Amino acid sequence: MTQPRETTIDTPRGPMRVWKKGKGKRVGVFAGIGGQPRWTPFLDALADSRQVIVPSLPGFPGGPSSDGIDGHLDWIVAARDAMVAAGLCGADLVGASVGGALATELASLWPDDVRRLALIAPFGLFDEAEPMADIFAQPPGGLARLVSNKPEAFDAFLAMPEGANKMDWDITSLRARVAAASLIWPLGDTGLITRVSRLTAQTLILQGDQDRVIPAAYSKRLAKAINGKTKVRTIKNAGHVAECDQPAATAKAILSFLDA
Amino acid sequence: MKALWFHLMPYPDLKPDFKQKHNSVWVDLAPGMFNPEIGHRAYNEYIDELVYAANAGFDGVCVNEHHANAYGMMPSPNLIASALAREPSNAAICVMGNSVALYNPPTRVAEEFGMLDCLSGGRLIAGFPVGTPMDTCYAYGQNPAVLRERYYEGIELILRAWKEDKVFSFNGRFNKQRYVNAWPKPIQSPRPPVWVPGGGSVETWRMCVEKDFVYANLSYFGHQASKASIAGFWRQMKEMGKEPNPFQAGFLQFVGVAESRKEALDLYREPADYFYNRCLHTDPAYANPPGYTTEATVRASMGSQVMQAAQQSRMKARADQSDIFDAGHVVIGSPDEVAETIRNVCKDMNVGNLMLLLHFGNMSAQLTRYNTDLFARKVLPQIKDLFEGQWENRWWPTGMPANKRVPAGSTFADVTGIAAQ
Repeated sequence: MTQPRETTIDTPRGPMRVWKKGKGKRVGVFAGIGGQPRWTPFLDALADSRQVIVPSLPGFPGGPSSDGIDGHLDWIVAARDAMVAAGLCGADLVGASVGGALATELASLWPDDVRRLALIAPFGLFDEAEPMADIFAQPPGGLARLVSNKPEAFDAFLAMPEGANKMDWDITSLRARVAAASLIWPLGDTGLITRVSRLTAQTLILQGDQDRVIPAAYSKRLAKAINGKTKVRTIKNAGHVAECDQPAATAKAILSFLDA
Repeated sequence: MKALWFHLMPYPDLKPDFKQKHNSVWVDLAPGMFNPEIGHRAYNEYIDELVYAANAGFDGVCVNEHHANAYGMMPSPNLIASALAREPSNAAICVMGNSVALYNPPTRVAEEFGMLDCLSGGRLIAGFPVGTPMDTCYAYGQNPAVLRERYYEGIELILRAWKEDKVFSFNGRFNKQRYVNAWPKPIQSPRPPVWVPGGGSVETWRMCVEKDFVYANLSYFGHQASKASIAGFWRQMKEMGKEPNPFQAGFLQFVGVAESRKEALDLYREPADYFYNRCLHTDPAYANPPGYTTEATVRASMGSQVMQAAQQSRMKARADQSDIFDAGHVVIGSPDEVAETIRNVCKDMNVGNLMLLLHFGNMSAQLTRYNTDLFARKVLPQIKDLFEGQWENRWWPTGMPANKRVPAGSTFADVTGIAAQ
């Protein structure tokens, strides 16, 4: 697995890291919990047949600061800025978990700017009758066991990159958790369901068959509310972070949807 | 030295197998477990204990705010404080305090504290805690990413509301009010003294220094646990060129006094066990939401005090309780032994405000009175002189002239009306 090409782009919130790899049609990726601290086999599999573009959202590794983001409107504007700055208007868009909530917002509010949308267990909904898990109220080390079927692999994904300073990395990780909390605290409900009727792009919603964070019914409810043609598929032997637990199968499902 | 009698108001009926049967004393404890009749008895008994302490010679009485919590039954400490404010004692009423970020708008705190200060005749100490993560982020759903910013802004709004004599507009990041009008205003001028209960947060030290607030370390693990936080505060004071006035610092200490250490062990073992092995049974999962511990605190390598407490609560019950008594979580002994320990600790930490938990766990009213009496009669006289006359105490309620104070019940004292028949 080779590393992506890294560029830094100016956005209204400050400099933003963008990773690019592969050739072909553009596909943007909004990362999930913890952001994108390193290039992964999932992204690499997408880059086999596509030009993969990964902007770093505010607060997440490589992103501008999330300080001053006070509400959901600020988040949507920041995500839109990232999309525009990374040259993703008109491209396909993939969003995972917390990044999935924002990708869905962009496709809902700027429907002409997203060709096809692929989501992996997106946040944004909440059902009192079937509440999702609280990803923040976890004992030390408990998050990986909750979100992944391969907790060691997920821990390795979030681990300090080689050569980094331990204190700096602790702060980077803290900022990513704060950014996620800023976006989805306390329930994960961002009011998304009230806006997705504007979403017209063809949409694929993927979810691990062993997702212990978001109940499967959420994907069906979201699919029903989206105006565009929508498919729901499960990834076998995967938890909430299907792209980490089953990178090849997740990438394959997305590519076949985007190329269909 | 100022000695304040602090009540946590624990729910007194947690069963011996509580730790085995329940995940946490906080946040997810089933509300169906609460028996209102037990609550009725406990609230009245606890208020009586506070009144007793106020009349027994303590300089102040303390209450605090917790939510969804069985060891602290005061979601609104101001309600308890208002009952105390009607008492004729001169003891300060220390509300430690109102979790500013939970009030929308925080003007409510300015108003209620204004009421309490009027009602009590200027005896209020206004506490401004950021609040624990369990109270603020989990029980009350506040976003930890902005909790501290909300807290700082709330304090700014309250202080200004007390200061201004004209209606003003406040256009904050979180609070937007066209008409801020804190009516009533407090008796104390320019404002009641402000005390901030803190763990080991660098920002809290800094704020207390900058704004001239009292920093009070409230740890359930005694003076040894408070030592590092208090030292951090004095370091910060020094760095910012301030003098180390001991009356600008406080700490919390559990104490059990008896005729001898052996008797103290016999008397206080059970309530201490109840507190440390039932009341403190907290799920560490609730202790550190993202953003609650700030970057500066992480950089200072200060662990979360709340997390440490929660993790300790997960340990097995201490059969011999050596940690609790020998490590000084609870200071016990004869009056002379307790006085010597407290005097040394206060001198060592340079702290002029001692907050005492003389009731803890499921301690009976009789034992609470015994502990309070012994402390007031035999310990207090041995520690009262500490720091007095050496430093000016600018953080104590000014009160109001005695001849202007209206005693509770005096309005109709000389009237025979229908209510008297």
